[in-house]
Amino acid sequence: MSAGWTHHSGTAVALDLESVDTDQLIPARFMSVPRVQGYGPYLLHDLRYDGAGQKLPDFVLNRHEGASILVARRNFGSGSSREAAVYALVDFGMRVVVAPSFGDIFSANAVNNGLLPLALPEADVDQILAMLVAQPAEARVDLQAGNLRICGQDYAFQLPQVWREKLMNGWDDIDLTTARAPQIAAYKTARRASTPWVWPS
Amino acid sequence: MTQAPAATAPATLFDKLWQAHEITRRADGASLLWVDRHLVHEGSHHAFAKLAARGAPVAEPQLTYAVVDHYAPTRGRDAIPAGDIRRMIETLGQNAHRHGLRLFGLRDPDQGIVHVVGPEQGLTLPGFTVNCGDSHTSTHGAFGALAFGIGATEVAHVLATQTIWQMRPKTMRITVVGQLGPAVGAKDLALHWIARLGADGARGHAIEYAGPAVRALSMEGRMTLCNLSIEGGARLGMVAPDDTTFAYLKGRPFAPAGADWARAVALWARLPSDDGAQFDREVEIDASDIAPTVTWGTSPEEGLPITGHVPNPAQLPPARAARASEALDYMGLSAGQALQGVAVDQVFIGSCTNGRIEDLRLAAKVLQGRRAKVPGLVAPGSALVKAQAEAEGLDRIFTQAGLDWVEAGCSMCVGMNGDLVAPGKRCASSTNRNFKGRQGRGARTHLMSPAMVAAAAITGTLCDVRPLLEGRV
Repeated sequence: MSAGWTHHSGTAVALDLESVDTDQLIPARFMSVPRVQGYGPYLLHDLRYDGAGQKLPDFVLNRHEGASILVARRNFGSGSSREAAVYALVDFGMRVVVAPSFGDIFSANAVNNGLLPLALPEADVDQILAMLVAQPAEARVDLQAGNLRICGQDYAFQLPQVWREKLMNGWDDIDLTTARAPQIAAYKTARRASTPWVWPS
Repeated sequence: MTQAPAATAPATLFDKLWQAHEITRRADGASLLWVDRHLVHEGSHHAFAKLAARGAPVAEPQLTYAVVDHYAPTRGRDAIPAGDIRRMIETLGQNAHRHGLRLFGLRDPDQGIVHVVGPEQGLTLPGFTVNCGDSHTSTHGAFGALAFGIGATEVAHVLATQTIWQMRPKTMRITVVGQLGPAVGAKDLALHWIARLGADGARGHAIEYAGPAVRALSMEGRMTLCNLSIEGGARLGMVAPDDTTFAYLKGRPFAPAGADWARAVALWARLPSDDGAQFDREVEIDASDIAPTVTWGTSPEEGLPITGHVPNPAQLPPARAARASEALDYMGLSAGQALQGVAVDQVFIGSCTNGRIEDLRLAAKVLQGRRAKVPGLVAPGSALVKAQAEAEGLDRIFTQAGLDWVEAGCSMCVGMNGDLVAPGKRCASSTNRNFKGRQGRGARTHLMSPAMVAAAAITGTLCDVRPLLEGRV
């Protein structure tokens, strides 16, 4: 679990693609790497590097390696449950991804790692992408207010309360759940009685 | 978020399962759910590392099962060279041993893909919650279980507590009326609805598949359908249990037996959605509209009947044109090209989507007495599927056709074990994702049913399997 945050200011860049799926975010061949080694080098690997492993100079993340806010089109993070897709974004330095829609599992993984999946209406994202196409821009995200400010424009966003609190507090769910141990134990007793086949003999 | 209906209101299958597993609900709407089955694989190494960092034990080792699948070599298992693949498999073995988990390892006669092993062992049962750090966990919903994929942080949470926090998804019913045509199956049905609703069409929803065409599916077909729920963006997919489900499960190693069996069936029979139960969204599909379906692009939503033509970006609105051009370019297809006749370089039959015995039987029906024009790999979904296929002589049909018959695992669906499609090569594949680079960097994947893959093998092109199956089914 990451440290919590309430607002973030950074450089926003456009990745003008839809359905940037988990296999593009991190190709499967890199997923055996232990997390401590860092996943940043693998982010969008096959878009960033050619077949010989050379950086493609025109790719947006190679031109702006300090970017921390990524703006993309619909269905971002669709596909696999691999949390490594989020590790790659976070370890690269991303804090926020803005898109019209996200894969459900990706969103949950993102929030569990301090990365905000910021959903805006498609028209807003179109507008932001148009502003960013020529060059990146500084942007500011305020979690408490639910606001993204970029190129002098404000965009309000909705966030489930669960996610907002988790991002702001950097909660570790296991600690929260352990505090409910008596309720879990009571449930388990009842479950054993009603459906003993849950525990194979 | 939807509210749970009052006790007297008609409830959906989903409502019943959710309610039965909800330990508590926070003011912010998150529910703590009990997890009946937790399946882990080599990719769960991040979660075990998190657990180790806390010094925490696995809360319920008896409910946690470890399966070697993603990195499982399909050849040369007796001499796996030192390297990442061996290390990943050994790490899972060590974690399973440390925590006292039943391991379906490489030498286990019951090894296979986690979503094939769970059902065939009777580990997956109606009324259960099933979690696994793999998005295709939706497969297990075919049994009337609440089954969904989770990330590593959540896997660590389930390992440590046997519970998971979730926000209640919306419900969606896809009712499939009519009857699927000959040689048209669950894979075609799934690719059809995903093409219609989009790869994010069911985002935030729990799907229940219903209607006569779904009832008519075997358990294998239902698993294929539920497996692909995630490709339409759904949180999970389910089919209500019925006699087909019970007949499949009876006598499975981990299924209840004796008095428990009768008690379980009585409970399971009460799971189907009540008459009049409300869904947040209803979709109806006519099975007779569905042809053998093939993807042409790099998202599962980019599917068409095999008789169709790929889009011409010049005729699309600008917002769609750029995406279509990019996908066509990656796939090496020209605008407006007919799907039939596109030459393929190789084929793959297998995966958690279509690596079960019924899939192999149908592919073998197409291939019997015929030769493949292109090389290909047939990787059964489990060692038990492999043994069954060999007992039926299916392996000889595949090898006599010129295809390679190998050991069980995820294999070329995701390529982690080294079974890769080379850059620029085109593969007709019975798998679940046509994402860029999914089967290897630069690989071009066309998703389709195993029967359609077999047809592509014979002709060396994308083609309609229906004439090839005439008189054979």
